[in-house]
Amino acid sequence: MIRVEHLTKTYGEFTAVNDVSFEVQRGEIFAFLGPNGAGKTTTIKMLTTLLKPTSGKVELDGLDPIAEQHKARRSFGIVFQDPSLDSELTAYENMDLHGVLYHVPRKVRAERIENLLKLFELWDKRDKYVKEFSGGMRRRLEIARGFLHTPKILFLDEPTLGLDPQSRNQLWTHVKRLNETESVTVFLTTHYMDEADRVAHRIAIIDHGKIVAQGSPAELKEQTKTESLEDAFLALTGSTIRDEKADSADQMRQVVKMWRR
Amino acid sequence: MSAIYILWLRELKRYTRSRAQIVASLGQPLLYLLVLGFGLGPVFQQAGKGSYIQFVAPGVVGMSILFTSIFSGIGLLWDRQFGFLKETLVAPVPRTNVMIGRTLGGATVATIQGSLILTVCLIAGFRPAHWTTVPLAFLFMILTAIVFAGLGTAIGSFLENMQGFQLIMNFLVMPIFFLSGALFPLTNLPKLLSAATSLDPLSYGIDGLRGALIGLSHYGFLTNVSVLSVVAIFFVAIGGYFFSKIQI
Repeated sequence: MIRVEHLTKTYGEFTAVNDVSFEVQRGEIFAFLGPNGAGKTTTIKMLTTLLKPTSGKVELDGLDPIAEQHKARRSFGIVFQDPSLDSELTAYENMDLHGVLYHVPRKVRAERIENLLKLFELWDKRDKYVKEFSGGMRRRLEIARGFLHTPKILFLDEPTLGLDPQSRNQLWTHVKRLNETESVTVFLTTHYMDEADRVAHRIAIIDHGKIVAQGSPAELKEQTKTESLEDAFLALTGSTIRDEKADSADQMRQVVKMWRR
Repeated sequence: MSAIYILWLRELKRYTRSRAQIVASLGQPLLYLLVLGFGLGPVFQQAGKGSYIQFVAPGVVGMSILFTSIFSGIGLLWDRQFGFLKETLVAPVPRTNVMIGRTLGGATVATIQGSLILTVCLIAGFRPAHWTTVPLAFLFMILTAIVFAGLGTAIGSFLENMQGFQLIMNFLVMPIFFLSGALFPLTNLPKLLSAATSLDPLSYGIDGLRGALIGLSHYGFLTNVSVLSVVAIFFVAIGGYFFSKIQI
């Protein structure tokens, strides 16, 4: 479903993603793990047509996201690391707008919006503005929205960041269920190793822009002779803390967080 | 088409829902209208130019259109930082359509805002010279709004943070306003100032408004319409170009 060959992205001297290759099978839940600044988000951006790779090849459902941008964009849904809802619109309007942008016919749209909002327990709040939503509700809405146009692939970039265990648990249950019922391929990143251990069929670990290990959670634990995925992760990536430069988006996010309080 | 419509509708919804902001945005133009209108009125009268309120009202309408439409374009910056932009950028819709939807939405909002200000001017004592030419004022409002919504989008595609915003405000938006003849007549200006005003697209918008509202035009109807149309197409085109080049 996803095929990546020798993918590289450089910013001047700095190589964010260095010769990365992997493959994700149809219907699989694939976790892409790595410390901060390892190149996870950069890779997702290249897979989702937001960023042009410096070199290398990407294939989404047999489509090249650069040459066939349009078709490729129709084939996936994405939940970004930071929120991408319009908080001045209601939950329903956000869903509807997404449906229109993805050419979902009106009737199907209304039906699917209702089903998904009910599944994610947001149907009662459909006419509330998103700005009144809690972090967990926003996340749920975004994931529901990602499924709206029946994508073949769903990208989830740290979807559970900042959520309480209840919301995280519930969220993965829904994602797993939709992965099974609609056979959506899921590509996710997270910092919570227990989540990856629980939901992912296969895992790739990236560090300093390079993939350092690939396999099922059990294989990774075996390979590193560790008990938990967290230990396996630390064994593979070391325990030094990475410095990540805050870009302007991070700075703005900080400001917004301050205002919201 | 449906994408253009839904994004246009989004801008409109956002506008109509921010009532406090609408009221607040009436403040500055009112200040210009009333303080300058009555403050400079006597001097203007003595210079034999008639009523200053009559003269400045179209300028104030133009000013509010300028600010509203440029800001709607720069609103891109917020969408960019807080994510919604990405939602539209990964959608299977040509980026040009996304840009056109947003820009037309911004232009519509600016036109509504301009009409609001015009209503306020009427309440404050402004009277059009001929009611029959008032519909033409809307033509100029719309054209002016498209020009600056396009420019705003072009700028918004470049800016990455709020620091740049101050720069744009002080070195682009304010000069466009002050050099437009919104506050002073374009006749008998020093050569340099005259040249600067004729390079400012807003001059033609406000001159057009003045022609339609008080029957006083410096450049003439045809020049105003053609300059504005050409500049509108140009700005929307470069706005569309830069917008389609955005990488996040």
